[in-house]
Amino acid sequence: MKTEGKVFKYPDNVDTDVIIPARYLNTSDAHELAAHCMEDIDKEFVKNVKEGDIMVAGWNFGCGSSREHAPLVIKTCGTGCVIAKSFARIFYRNAINIGLAILECPEAVDEINANDEVSVNFDTGEIIDKTTGKTYMAQPFPPFIQNIIKCGGLLASLKESED
Amino acid sequence: MAMTMTQKILAKHAGVEKVVPGQLINAKLDIVLGNDITTPVAVNEFKKAGFDKVFDKDRIAIVLDHFVPNKDIKAAEQSKVCRDFACSHCVSHFYDVGKMGIEHALLPEQGIVTAGDCIIGADSHTCTYGALGAFSTGVGSTDMAAGMATGMAWFKVPSAIRFELKGKLPKNCSGKDVILTIIGMIGVDGALYKSMEFTGEGVKTLSMDDRLCICNMAIEAGAKNGIFPVDETTMKYLDGRSKREPVIYEADPDAEYEKTIEIDLSSIVPTVSCPHLPENTKPAKELSEIKVDQVVIGSCTNGRMEDMQAAYEILKGKKVADGVRCIIIPATMQIMRECVERGYVTAFIDAGAVVSTPTCGPCLGGYMGILAKGERCIATTNRNFVGRMGHPESEVYLASPYTAAASALTGYITEYTEE
Repeated sequence: MKTEGKVFKYPDNVDTDVIIPARYLNTSDAHELAAHCMEDIDKEFVKNVKEGDIMVAGWNFGCGSSREHAPLVIKTCGTGCVIAKSFARIFYRNAINIGLAILECPEAVDEINANDEVSVNFDTGEIIDKTTGKTYMAQPFPPFIQNIIKCGGLLASLKESED
Repeated sequence: MAMTMTQKILAKHAGVEKVVPGQLINAKLDIVLGNDITTPVAVNEFKKAGFDKVFDKDRIAIVLDHFVPNKDIKAAEQSKVCRDFACSHCVSHFYDVGKMGIEHALLPEQGIVTAGDCIIGADSHTCTYGALGAFSTGVGSTDMAAGMATGMAWFKVPSAIRFELKGKLPKNCSGKDVILTIIGMIGVDGALYKSMEFTGEGVKTLSMDDRLCICNMAIEAGAKNGIFPVDETTMKYLDGRSKREPVIYEADPDAEYEKTIEIDLSSIVPTVSCPHLPENTKPAKELSEIKVDQVVIGSCTNGRMEDMQAAYEILKGKKVADGVRCIIIPATMQIMRECVERGYVTAFIDAGAVVSTPTCGPCLGGYMGILAKGERCIATTNRNFVGRMGHPESEVYLASPYTAAASALTGYITEYTEE
């Protein structure tokens, strides 16, 4: 699995309230919600993001609420991958469960700039910044989690083990 | 290898003798919880995956609390999805308007969660029940759906930070000041993926409401769970309330902790978290020039009886300052009723405050107290992120019920001092 696109860069502690403000959570329609992704800190994101683009952020990405709507809107916007220094634990779990690709790589986050063209290979954990020519290696997921992702999410993996 | 209290509960529920930090386990769940925002997503996933029955109708709790009484048509539709699901699967612990409360105040109050439990909830503040000596953690809707279908969840066994409490809190401080102080010390990711285990002789001086408040905000330090040992206070609280037999776990004396942080409760001062992160803490008395437009006393963090009592002691016979909207929200119908019976509601109204039926409403910027651009609120809630209570350019300051009520009287952030 691979993705390639332009980088949108964000700071530390991006919380779920800015990813998708709770005032919109009176619906669970992913497309309706996705129109508001990141709007409280970056009004331009939704207008500019293209299929496969990459979010790069600091420590503790996705802190706050357990709303699964947060990884879901990021994915629905077309984002191919989120690379962060670290993820808040519920966001990390939710991203895996709904099939949003995420990678932890502090070194890449420090050096990759906004608007760089970056490609990511999830099978190997390899991140290439095509703008700067630099390559980084992220920690791959443990096999247990790889299996969930391979099956297409938690429930699909449960169904598979049932059969 | 010796185990922490959390590790012992997880080992038991995974059916193994021992667990070590980092180990992936599949654990049996005692309760699976969801609310009116997260349950509709879970119901959709549950159906999409082709599940047609829940693992145990008595082990699922669905509480409508975020946007009820329904704030608008869309919210009403979401509540209906929850109601229909609960009804068709005969979910025992379904709480609708009239008997609902804010989930994390309601479940302990109704004895649905108890000591020794392993609990997941599709709400980040599910970590609250650690106060009862349970392992309890927040998850997303897909985990809730899987939990409802199978009664199991996977976990990575956490390492722990031990907080050794000693001494006794000053009279104008509560559990809220303890947890805000700790978050200020370790930061919003200071306990990321870890347990926060509270121990020490100071524990016995903390009431159950204080402990529930402290565990409630463990997630605000990034923690997987917060947990208190079971003592006389816990057993007294659970007695006659707990629907299932409590099971007591104790950390091994030689359990390993990543670090131990000593907290002298007697040195805690009234503390406020400034915008826009809970870790931006300052003593309330250093913020006396900060003017507020609104005060909110309530939420899963501070909407319990002791919180209402603190507000009453300060507001009775006084007037909320001109230009300040003071919103008080008892967290459950039982608390609401007791506030009526004790005369608190009359005192709040006479003081110029408004009293709402239970709802998460303003805490997450849903309704019932939304802020305009440039407005500022001091609230007993749990998050002060950008746009949390309304306009992205509004501000939320987090504080205890003492500090919030004292601030309502002056219109400025005010440390409560007894007369």
